[in-house]
Amino acid sequence: MTEKQNSPAGQEKVGVYICHCGSNIAGTINVDEVSEWIKGNPNVEVSRNYEFMCSSTGQELIENDIKEKGLTRVVVASCSPHMHEKTFREATERGGLNPFLFEMANIREHDSWATNNKEAATAKAKALVNAAVERVVHHKPLEKIPVDIDPKTMVVGGGIAGITAALELAEAGHHVYLVEREGTIGGHMAQIDKTFPTLDCSACILTPKMVDVGQNENITLLSYSEVESVDGYIGNFNITVRKKARCVDEELCTSCGICEEKCPQKVVDNNYGAGLSYRKAIYRAFPQAVPGYPVLDKENCTYFQTGKCKVCEKVCPTNAINYEQEDQLLNFNVGNIILATGYDLFDARKIPQYGYGRLPNVFSSLEFERMVNASGPTGGHILLRDGETEPKTIAIVHCVGSRDQNHNEYCSKVCCMYSLKFAHLVHEHLPEAEVYNYYIDMRTPGKGYEEFYHRLLKEGTHFIRGRVAEITDADRKPGEEGKLIVQSENTLLGVQQRNPVDMVILSAGIEARHDSEKVSKLFKMGCDYDGFFNERHPKLAPVSTMTDGIFIAGACQGPKDIPDTVAQGGAAASQVAKLISQGTVMMEPVRASIREDECSGCRICNNLCPYNAIEYDEEKKVSHVVTALCQGCGTCVAACPSGVIDGAHFTNTQILAELEGILWDMPTEMTVMEEV
Amino acid sequence: MSDQFEPVIVGFLCNWCSYRAADLAGTARIKYAPNLRILRVMCSGRVDPQFVLQALLNGADGVLIAGCHPGECHYVNGNIKTLRRFTLLRKTLEQWGIEPERVQLLWASASEGTVLAAAVDRMTEQIRDLGPLRWSQKVLNGNGAAHPVAEEA
Repeated sequence: MTEKQNSPAGQEKVGVYICHCGSNIAGTINVDEVSEWIKGNPNVEVSRNYEFMCSSTGQELIENDIKEKGLTRVVVASCSPHMHEKTFREATERGGLNPFLFEMANIREHDSWATNNKEAATAKAKALVNAAVERVVHHKPLEKIPVDIDPKTMVVGGGIAGITAALELAEAGHHVYLVEREGTIGGHMAQIDKTFPTLDCSACILTPKMVDVGQNENITLLSYSEVESVDGYIGNFNITVRKKARCVDEELCTSCGICEEKCPQKVVDNNYGAGLSYRKAIYRAFPQAVPGYPVLDKENCTYFQTGKCKVCEKVCPTNAINYEQEDQLLNFNVGNIILATGYDLFDARKIPQYGYGRLPNVFSSLEFERMVNASGPTGGHILLRDGETEPKTIAIVHCVGSRDQNHNEYCSKVCCMYSLKFAHLVHEHLPEAEVYNYYIDMRTPGKGYEEFYHRLLKEGTHFIRGRVAEITDADRKPGEEGKLIVQSENTLLGVQQRNPVDMVILSAGIEARHDSEKVSKLFKMGCDYDGFFNERHPKLAPVSTMTDGIFIAGACQGPKDIPDTVAQGGAAASQVAKLISQGTVMMEPVRASIREDECSGCRICNNLCPYNAIEYDEEKKVSHVVTALCQGCGTCVAACPSGVIDGAHFTNTQILAELEGILWDMPTEMTVMEEV
Repeated sequence: MSDQFEPVIVGFLCNWCSYRAADLAGTARIKYAPNLRILRVMCSGRVDPQFVLQALLNGADGVLIAGCHPGECHYVNGNIKTLRRFTLLRKTLEQWGIEPERVQLLWASASEGTVLAAAVDRMTEQIRDLGPLRWSQKVLNGNGAAHPVAEEA
């Protein structure tokens, strides 16, 4: 094997440092034995063990040994490289070596913490340290790749998360493209009546922000638009956005609203109005919509369906209606992307025993939210489906679709609080009504949230601990006639209960957007089983993703309430602002390259690359890697039948040397290899 | 570790999901068989089937390849390519008389420390039952020299 020839014994001077990590490593692994043993490796010049290698004293050990003993390679055996690889690379660099002439052996997470067997742990540590030494001998000096950051940013989703992120960046002086699928920004927050626990009017605190977005010169607002394609990488994304035809010329429209007023076609508003109210075929979702231009809904427009009508065109004072308008494809470059695509509400129809969609007086939480809003379909009056009768008893069912193995196992985080808010609103609107909240556990973590729960206890809400089994209109006892009967267990009393009520509200949980998987593929980042986007680190990098330059904010990452969403919007904006003010980022030099003189031009690698980073040169009949696009996965390296693709820092030689080192104690096999 | 056979398993774990799953298993102090020795690759798609053969040739009793769940690959779909290669590799290994339990493919996300630990325990038991492989001695007997993996210049 050539790797043997490449590194004859003693060619490199490797310094090996075994960390005790207090007792985290030294309590299980015999560090003295390992550091003494590795001295037997012909390439090892120095071998030490120290209590905390990541301390400044530990790092100085490395720096001094490089300077004084002339080390050419460094190995630290300690924690995971995800923890301290950067620390020790920097120490190596301060000592005067290229930082990539360093290798880490993970003997804490992968060894001392994973077993109690001291003997086995020490043997495994030897294998891991030896593997690192064998590998590092073949390391080559590498330079990080500088990439310029385009100061423009795209924010996808115009809910409160996207609005916050866009405003933060725009106010810092950076240009933002805000892309929103619907005709207006605002998102779910615009549909909500009051916010918990302060009971602020949701629209009153949201709409000024929406207006700010509309007026900010640094924000290009692309409403009724969707992202078609995303190419490129951090600093240099090329975006194509489809701006759907709204049949209204934005240059001419003054948002006077006459077209909407005169349009003869009424349509049930399933989106903003939760199916309880009507809108017109040319409409704005709500009067404070930003931008204020209406959208013409072709599917329901009389002119588009029958060829006659054109009322809107006739009444428009500025001739802004344009039936021939076509979708526009806009192309622009941005340096970073923030995804704030929000959530879908769980569809309560999926739980048939709760009767939503079948029993008229079972309402979804969004329906109730609209109903109780002063600008909603009933003018803020809580009424049964007949539109007249005020309910005297109301049941609010928590955890609909959440904490349920049949649907979503996770807790949707906001439902307990908004159910409490509903109970409060019922007390406020209908002081005589009795309210029953059916909960599994009351989850009210947050500033002022538990206090709000206590307030509700004092307001006389009845709290019943138990999951509702069924909601039915089949009466069995006197007093149940014409009522909805809520069948549940009361786990505090240990009894089964039937409770006849007039109205039921189902507190549906939060789900990932139905198309989140598609979106995650479009942006080349991951989402979890539930469809929520994956953050880079659950604790320490909650708004970054595994793809550099793409950040996430709000409920697209997981269920969260408005304060958390706003915080994430701001956090994502500050991550982007950081990159913009840095101007350039240094990328890991883990990249593939093709030795063109040896390439046979078979093109097997071309289609394997998920980033289309491999191009085929028709003239030279060879393939080559576009370094700027390559992300360094190494899939092509593994596939090249000629073996002429090198994956920097993960070369065949390095991996095979590591493999040989990790199996140092396996007997006899080498005899065969030497015959090769 | 007295009389009991302790297999040595080489693990090729991807940097983004399964290596982090192993990190998490450690951080959560989940105890599992110390028989897995882990090599980090950026993506399971980097695992050249010849690495697996070389590991077996170098004396490993088993090889675990672990990557992100399908659809969650950091590199879009490298793990799908791994799956394709693995399917072929397994067929090849079978023809050489290597039991399928010895070379396994696992999906473990960065949050699935328990999944990884359980898989290592299970695989260790399976291979312990099979006994040592000693492929180059028992099977190749010095005749079947492996084609060396290509080197870079």
